[in-house]
Amino acid sequence: MKLGVLCSGGKDSLYACGMALRREEVACLISIRSGNEESYMFHTPNIPFVRLQAEAAGLPLVEAFTEGKEEEELRDLSSALDQARDRYGIEGVVTGAIQSVYQATRVQRVAQELGLWCFNPLWHTDQGEYLRSLWRQSYQVLVAGVFSAPFDASWLGRRIDPETIGLLEQYVERYRITLSGEGGEYETFVTDAPYFSKRIEVLEYATEYRNYRGVFSIRKARLVEK
Amino acid sequence: MILIVDLCYRENSLGFEEFVLPIQRIVERCGFSSREIHYSCIRSEIGRSEAVVLCGTPLADNQFLVDIRQFSWLPAFPVPVLGICAGMEVLTLVHGGRLDTCLEIGMTPVRVSGEDPLLGGTGEFPVYELHGFGCHVPEGFRVLAESDQCVQVIRHKVRPQWGVMFHPEVRNEWVVQRFLSLLSPAKGG
Repeated sequence: MKLGVLCSGGKDSLYACGMALRREEVACLISIRSGNEESYMFHTPNIPFVRLQAEAAGLPLVEAFTEGKEEEELRDLSSALDQARDRYGIEGVVTGAIQSVYQATRVQRVAQELGLWCFNPLWHTDQGEYLRSLWRQSYQVLVAGVFSAPFDASWLGRRIDPETIGLLEQYVERYRITLSGEGGEYETFVTDAPYFSKRIEVLEYATEYRNYRGVFSIRKARLVEK
Repeated sequence: MILIVDLCYRENSLGFEEFVLPIQRIVERCGFSSREIHYSCIRSEIGRSEAVVLCGTPLADNQFLVDIRQFSWLPAFPVPVLGICAGMEVLTLVHGGRLDTCLEIGMTPVRVSGEDPLLGGTGEFPVYELHGFGCHVPEGFRVLAESDQCVQVIRHKVRPQWGVMFHPEVRNEWVVQRFLSLLSPAKGG
């Protein structure tokens, strides 16, 4: 079955893509850039660099833009999926949703209206096991944004590795964050995945941080040999 | 051993992680061993299981309806059965009921209308729905809960067979836990 993977550039969508590649045929990535910084669905600081991820994975990319108003977002998602179907013949869509009923429900409805299948292969996964599996499978994941206590500025650009995972697990206990960050506590960007033919090297970046909120914005990056 | 049956359109499909593994994790957390198997592969395993859980499928996946004859073992099956979503649709059909189009996606309130150990008590609770069909209750079953749109929970009047239309693995794990606790109160959690 030909599938399009909704890709924000973060770990969940790219890991879901890896799972889809093992079980079905991935025909393209689909990225949606939101003009609304508060968008629960699509906002992420480094979305322009999904282009490099698609190139590294050898997959075409369907890019769409949304103003990010709540209901227009769904129309824009629908039109991006429709475009992916026209150009690459997708029969279904894959998301990296883990526990968010809000996100999953909205994508399920749009997919159903278009007659597309919808898969959420990380749905209700064991989040600790999932993060360790990212590391074991050599996904290179950096923290691209923090949006809650107790994350300080040192988290920006930090790699997800066993030490980081241990700290995140402590934060779950003490500060009630979601381990995967799906609650919006932190965001990530993937610079390498087992199915990438090249890895992404970040050449220039800027960080902004204030009062438990900060972003690691990639300004310049390129693909290099692994 | 709890037999967890994958109802997705083929063995090892991408639906396995989404619809089968969350159930397997609940079963294991309750202290039971499990075996996951695709419906097309069921042979002698069914004789060794303490109970069977029939899992859901992606919304667009209705291949199990085409293959309904492969569930002919189900009506007279002696151990407890819990059919979830697609699993409830299978239970309905193999017992002579029928399905109608009925789309529900997302959180929906469900009203408990019949007393039974599976749900316990009465009242209303929110559930996660993902289905395109509703079930007309087959003869020999009674209704335990309903939403505004369709029947949500049924059970056989004699056999220990239950169907739930919503997905208990999302925010209502207690339904699966209670099903397992009916097998062995000492183990269920």
